[in-house]
Amino acid sequence: MWLSNSSIGRKVVMSVTGLALVLFLTFHMSMNLVALFSADAYDMICEFLGANWYALVATVGLAALTVIHIVYAIWLTLLNRKARGTERYAVQGKAEEVSWASQNMLVLGSIVVLGIALHLFNFWYNMQYAEIAELTNVTVAGTAVGPTEGAKLIELTFASPVYTVLYLVWLTALWFHLTHGFWSALHTLGWNNKLWLKRWQVVGNAYTTLVILGFAVVVIVFFLKSL
Amino acid sequence: MDKNISFTLKIWRQKSPKAKGAFAIYEMKDIPGDTSFLEMLDILNEDLVNKGEEPVVFDHDCREGICGMCSLYINGHPHGPEGAVTTCQLFMRKFKDGETITVEPWRSAGFPVIKDLIVDRTSYDKIIQAGGYVSVNTGAPEDANTCRISKEVADEAMDSASCIGCGACVAACKNGSAMLFVSAKVSQLAVLPQGKVEAARRAKAMLSKMDELGFGNCTNTRACEAECPKSISIINIARLNREYIKAKLKD
Repeated sequence: MWLSNSSIGRKVVMSVTGLALVLFLTFHMSMNLVALFSADAYDMICEFLGANWYALVATVGLAALTVIHIVYAIWLTLLNRKARGTERYAVQGKAEEVSWASQNMLVLGSIVVLGIALHLFNFWYNMQYAEIAELTNVTVAGTAVGPTEGAKLIELTFASPVYTVLYLVWLTALWFHLTHGFWSALHTLGWNNKLWLKRWQVVGNAYTTLVILGFAVVVIVFFLKSL
Repeated sequence: MDKNISFTLKIWRQKSPKAKGAFAIYEMKDIPGDTSFLEMLDILNEDLVNKGEEPVVFDHDCREGICGMCSLYINGHPHGPEGAVTTCQLFMRKFKDGETITVEPWRSAGFPVIKDLIVDRTSYDKIIQAGGYVSVNTGAPEDANTCRISKEVADEAMDSASCIGCGACVAACKNGSAMLFVSAKVSQLAVLPQGKVEAARRAKAMLSKMDELGFGNCTNTRACEAECPKSISIINIARLNREYIKAKLKD
């Protein structure tokens, strides 16, 4: 199978899963923004998704994408370390054209994974999982919250400055990860030329910044509201 | 006239492929600025030979930047800190008086050290042998202009063909990937009508040879492009990806 036994094939898997995850982030961010305008509307979205069959199917698909992306990342890194050899340069120069993010995708990805773990604990566990486990209420920060009361959960979570800071660190790592990931994915898929290389980088940076700002603004607004 | 400089050389010495290497320190005195880096090593070697010591072994051939034989990882950069030149075209005026210059061989699993600063780059020949050619009957010379090629395409093919196969891309890559070299060699033929016919077969054969020889997976860090003495663009890599994916989807 060329998707696992050729270098380009393995990278195609990274690109396609990565782009799919970017698409997911876009939807997620758009839904989060609703919480800024109306708690009721946001709870309606939570109810509409919740643990309904279509939401569960999508969750399984999303989990699969994430796991494949991570497994391939680790696999590629191990292969590449082997290809690099055992001896390292005594002096390692830097070139301007080489972005810091591009050299540290695994590190950035690891921070993103830790963020996902925290996020699952903060939200998924109290919402979709609570619904699957047929819990009517969970207790967060001493307050009872129903599984579809998303807006209340956001409010309670970001009243904590620790969570606010952790989420912002997570989003920053994700921003760096995507500034390289976005154009790099399209490059790997062969969808690039002299003109489009610069365009994709600009588009990638702008898109990434918008998505991350969309997430960050919800965190910051709810933190400020709690003061 | 360039002024003379004195500096310290820190050079990797390694007796044989399996032997353990180490840096040796040499003091260089009053080297004229218009000495090329390789000429400077010649001066060092002459001195070493006169003293009855083993000279430093390094690759070189044409010394005019077109053969791809010279290598050397100088002060953290393949072919030295100056952009778009090979080591033989690098002059000592680019260095400062009193500086320490560190000289290392290419370091990559695909390019094992043979001795001192010489590495085994036959893997590149093997990749070319896997498909980096056009299988045509040459016969009698064709009439000029029977096969017309636009200026843009000719320029693109020429840019890709300027790759001299020195291996700086692999040396610079944190993933030990040879994608810039392979993609340039695939592109120089793939964009021309004579090469297009075999483009799919060529891309598949050369890439699988590259993977088989233990080179890494490209992550588009662009270090290769930045260090390439011939300024080969990573656009070639996008083209190789495209050719390869198209070929695999067709299978």
